[in-house]
Amino acid sequence: MSVDIYKINPEFRDIMPQEIIDLEDNATWAGESVEKRGINDLTDKKEILEEHSLCAGCPEAAALRYILAALPLPEETIIVNSTGCTSLMFPHIALHTVHSMFGNQNAVASGIKRTLDWRFPDKTKDVVVLAGDGATIDIGLDYTLQSFFRQEKITTICFDNEVYANTGGQESGSTPKGQVFKMAPKGKVFDKVPMWELAVTSGCQYSVKLTASAPKKVAKVLREAVLIARELGPTYIHLYTPCILEIGLAANEGLWEMKEQDKDRFADFKYVSPEAEAYLKECKKEGLL
Amino acid sequence: MSIKNMTEEKNWSGQKLVSTDYLLFEAPREKHFMTGSEVLKEAIKRCTVDASVSYPITPQSEAAHLIGELWAEGYVGLYFRGENEFGVMSEVQGCAMAGARTVTTTSGPGTLRAMENFPTWSGTRIPCQLVLMARGINSPLTIQPDNLEVSFLLETGCMIWYAENVQELFDMSIAAFTVAEKPDVHVPIITAVDGFFVSHTRESVMLPADDIALHPYDPYASPLPPIDSEMPPGRFLRDPFVMKSNYISYATHASWQWEVRSAVERSKPYARHYLQGLVHTTGDEDAEIVFVACGTATHQAKEAHRELAKLGIKSKVVKLRTIRPFPHQELLEATKNAKYIFVPEFNIVGWLDKEVTQSLYGKTEAKIVGRPRVAGGMSMPAEAILREVFENTNVKGA
Repeated sequence: MSVDIYKINPEFRDIMPQEIIDLEDNATWAGESVEKRGINDLTDKKEILEEHSLCAGCPEAAALRYILAALPLPEETIIVNSTGCTSLMFPHIALHTVHSMFGNQNAVASGIKRTLDWRFPDKTKDVVVLAGDGATIDIGLDYTLQSFFRQEKITTICFDNEVYANTGGQESGSTPKGQVFKMAPKGKVFDKVPMWELAVTSGCQYSVKLTASAPKKVAKVLREAVLIARELGPTYIHLYTPCILEIGLAANEGLWEMKEQDKDRFADFKYVSPEAEAYLKECKKEGLL
Repeated sequence: MSIKNMTEEKNWSGQKLVSTDYLLFEAPREKHFMTGSEVLKEAIKRCTVDASVSYPITPQSEAAHLIGELWAEGYVGLYFRGENEFGVMSEVQGCAMAGARTVTTTSGPGTLRAMENFPTWSGTRIPCQLVLMARGINSPLTIQPDNLEVSFLLETGCMIWYAENVQELFDMSIAAFTVAEKPDVHVPIITAVDGFFVSHTRESVMLPADDIALHPYDPYASPLPPIDSEMPPGRFLRDPFVMKSNYISYATHASWQWEVRSAVERSKPYARHYLQGLVHTTGDEDAEIVFVACGTATHQAKEAHRELAKLGIKSKVVKLRTIRPFPHQELLEATKNAKYIFVPEFNIVGWLDKEVTQSLYGKTEAKIVGRPRVAGGMSMPAEAILREVFENTNVKGA
């Protein structure tokens, strides 16, 4: 079925909102031609994200647009979310999505993925977790890591803004040492949790740390991560999406901040397991990448 | 094993598909001798269950192992051990939202660890089944039978049924899927028994053959689309995310909570049919002394009834089989001649006494005595119940 669920009943077409009609007429779905979706679609195609309610200039919103534009098979993709700034965008995503609770996203995703594999043995169904650093690394760390240990075939994306932004700017495990935030009024006393490294030691087939400064790079990493998760096991993307509000930047300064951090805390980190490496080569041959 | 082996007539393990009525009421039965944990395996085996997630905690561990064996034997579609009960109940949520008939088990501290999940389950209208083998709650550390944990579950929006013995656990856990999955109900169901007293006690039970099983769950009859990208609308957030600061979102949240509770109420006609009544009454119909109880406390109340009968004193026992929805109408009817209502319970807080008192408030002249209450693993001898009767009524014991 899949892409058919976006087709509007002709009887109701005249009363449907324009954005729903656009989804049928002008969104990019994978169908048979997976290689055709991508960042370039952002200019003239209907996006899977319908506006959003984040702050003006929020890099998180941009990152989510890149991710949704790059999903290899959006019509067969379930996105699982957690509480935080990202959850404000979820009602705006034109896919089947789940919010559930704060921190249990990888557990919910595990249940969904295993059930879809059971119910649809002949279909590809991708499950992508998308949550903030608080959800992924603090309150949900157990569930994040345990899903890696169990080799769940899901992609986990952490939108790391290094702070609990949605609750008003409290220190998180991902905050750099020394940073003054609420709940750390004297500055954070311990180091930023190296989640991208924990992902590797916990069994991820693929773990990448980067910022959202370069859209095509984000798209490439996302695509690789989803394809590997589909075939081999858990993949992890640690993406810097600064909270410009909490670190005192203007709406047009997010990109600059990410570019700065490309050379600092978010300097490239990429782990690809040997099996994943071999699989990516195959994907390239088949034109999936 | 694959779901592709399922046909119109048979499930993936080759069992013939039958109606719940046939399985519960018509299929010939044979006598067996087994524990509550073992009988749960037999029930799940006949339910065409897609998914189960487990975690060890006494006294439900054996039941969870046995469901695992069903998976290994090809009866249950998928099964694994989760990381802890909070994780397990979230995994159950994922399975059920993605369209699986899902079952899990837990006890006492596990229930409390998982707590945040239960209102989320009902909020997202999944018809999964939790078999609760009630055990005490720390501290001090205990693994003994005590049903205090049920009080924490009363307002989660889940249905709660209570089985008295091994036979009831078998029949109830099958009926539970059927009632929970009705499109106009479609909320989670908690099937409770007293840990050890039922989970570990071997009793005679009558079971239908194991080559028949329930029809599979149809997720497309759900009031909310399953999360599988197969059903419109394409843009769909499964749980009602209404975190906006405006009147519409507040009203949506409030009405959603009402709807969950209404759905629980709508289960009553189905439960009356499949459980053959929301309450079961034994003893003297016109008795002035009435025991209202659930679970194994009912069994002990029946013992007290027999002792009273020897003294020529009439009494009756009203067993509540559903706690959520609460059987107000049936309770009122069953206690209309009562002058004294005793509520014996396996916990110190008397949660069932509070339920009964509230239900009958302004509707009965009877004196309601919320005793005896035993807890922490202590047993409830008939004498403990009789003592309450003699202390609180004008009847005389020997």
